Amino acid sequence: MAVDRSDIAKLATLARIAISDDEADEVASRISTVLALVDQLQAVNTDGVLPMAHPLDAVQRLRADVVTEPNQRELFQSIAPAVQDGLYLVPQVIE
Amino acid sequence: MHQLTIAELVKGLLNKDFSSVEVTQHYLDRIARLDKVYNSYITATPALALAQAAVADKRLAAGNAPALCGVPIAHKDIFCTIGVRTSCGSKMLDNFIAPYNATIVDNYLDSGVVMLGKTNMDEFAMGSSNETSYYGPVKNPWAIDCVPGGSSGGSAAAVAAHLAPAATASDTGGSIRQPAAHCGLTGIKPTYGRVSRWGMIAFASSLDQAGILSRTAEDAAILLNDMASYDTKDSTSVERDVPDYTTTLNDSLKGLRIGVPKEYFGEGLNPETAAHVEAAIKVYESLGATIHSISLPHTGLSVPAYYVIAPAECSANLSRMDGVRYGHRCENPKDLNDLYMRSRSEGFGDEVKRRILVGAYALSAGYYDAYYSKAQKVRRLIKQDFVDAFQNVDVIIGPTSPSPAFKFGAKSKDPVSMYLEDIYTIATNLAGLPGLSIPCGFVENKPVGLQLIGNFFAEARLLNAAHQFQQATNFHQQTAPGIE
Repeated sequence: MAVDRSDIAKLATLARIAISDDEADEVASRISTVLALVDQLQAVNTDGVLPMAHPLDAVQRLRADVVTEPNQRELFQSIAPAVQDGLYLVPQVIE
Repeated sequence: MHQLTIAELVKGLLNKDFSSVEVTQHYLDRIARLDKVYNSYITATPALALAQAAVADKRLAAGNAPALCGVPIAHKDIFCTIGVRTSCGSKMLDNFIAPYNATIVDNYLDSGVVMLGKTNMDEFAMGSSNETSYYGPVKNPWAIDCVPGGSSGGSAAAVAAHLAPAATASDTGGSIRQPAAHCGLTGIKPTYGRVSRWGMIAFASSLDQAGILSRTAEDAAILLNDMASYDTKDSTSVERDVPDYTTTLNDSLKGLRIGVPKEYFGEGLNPETAAHVEAAIKVYESLGATIHSISLPHTGLSVPAYYVIAPAECSANLSRMDGVRYGHRCENPKDLNDLYMRSRSEGFGDEVKRRILVGAYALSAGYYDAYYSKAQKVRRLIKQDFVDAFQNVDVIIGPTSPSPAFKFGAKSKDPVSMYLEDIYTIATNLAGLPGLSIPCGFVENKPVGLQLIGNFFAEARLLNAAHQFQQATNFHQQTAPGIE
């Protein structure tokens, strides 16, 4: 399936990636090429086949509900772009 | 000293023929002198390496040091390392100093292994040529105008140029085996779950697996012994004993049943590459193996299925790169959305953006069943092909890559032609099986890779088969021209 400029704009919004007007056509064409490749899947009969999410069909491992990790807030925030009073700073969200 | 294999370094350190500081300094000098040409390291870590080597020498002098103590290696820049930049080849993480170590980094630290530095790679491991790295392309030591393969191109070039005796790497669709093929090395991708993914920056979590690039299968066996472990911090790590991979290297191949899939010798395979692979199969026959023609009928669907599943998982994994907690943040964001949009747009390169968009498409409302769910079903069919084949054979053999290393820019304009580079390697990631590449000849003076695929957790058998081939041939002992 081919995508056009407006599809790209919608996907870019979903993915929080800015695609400029200049790039939109080229990105649409490159992504359409990839989608043409993956469209080969549509011809395959997969009736009765279960989707495979994990090579070994493993299940989520459970563990005892005990604390194993210490608080490392200062260490983790030491690499953050902007913090204050132990909180991550972003532009104002609520007016 | 840089001609020595890991096995020889281990012996030399034990016999006090040289110290870890001497070996480490020797490699650091080579990196400083020669890596301008290859660009195989993003970050060399001389001070840290020498400090680790000094500690290793003390442990060696005290006796009872672990086998690998004092041996220097390089880590792909996808593995988190405390106090050292972990960029994953991206501008997004150019300023990222990991606050913790990857489990495999810790495993090697426990063994006394010295880290020489962090190697170059395709951005977030997305590429087959190392051309998408923010830090510039890596040159193939065998042909300086050609790519080293990707995404572990830096690890491969560093080992091939003798700027490290071995290196860690990761493989999501062929990122260890394809660069091994293009750089004349041994490269192993273990079974999914055999090696911990904790601290390995995630690209496609159900496909990613760490492994090794080395000069010999014996070295890969020695290194895998310490890399593999059960790790409660990785929910997909498998609780299963790690065998000593070196003890079975010399087992006879008499009676080994080798399957040769006809789908791996079809259109698109370079005829000279095919001839070398066929000659290698003859070598196995002379070593006592029996050869069986097999079919993996869904092979042609592995690239399409992969390019739904991998982008879908990458679009989810890379959503954490938002400019808030770490990594690149744009200047003066006007609101929160602008912060996300511009930080991500400035931080990610074109191929990463493309894959995120394809992934967002495959997962979006209305398309999920047609793309993602469909691809997951086809994935099961691909795995079933292997399950059926391994009823009758022990190892599957074919080419690693359809043709030798290509020139820079040759495939970067057309994403699909780049994706087809991995046509023979991708299916093992989808199935979760172990795969290995070893050199088996040369085309236009560039190395050709032979791929061996094993059943689940059959790493020992693959390494045994690779080692026996290397006892009978000398392709792995060839050095790129100009590398002294």
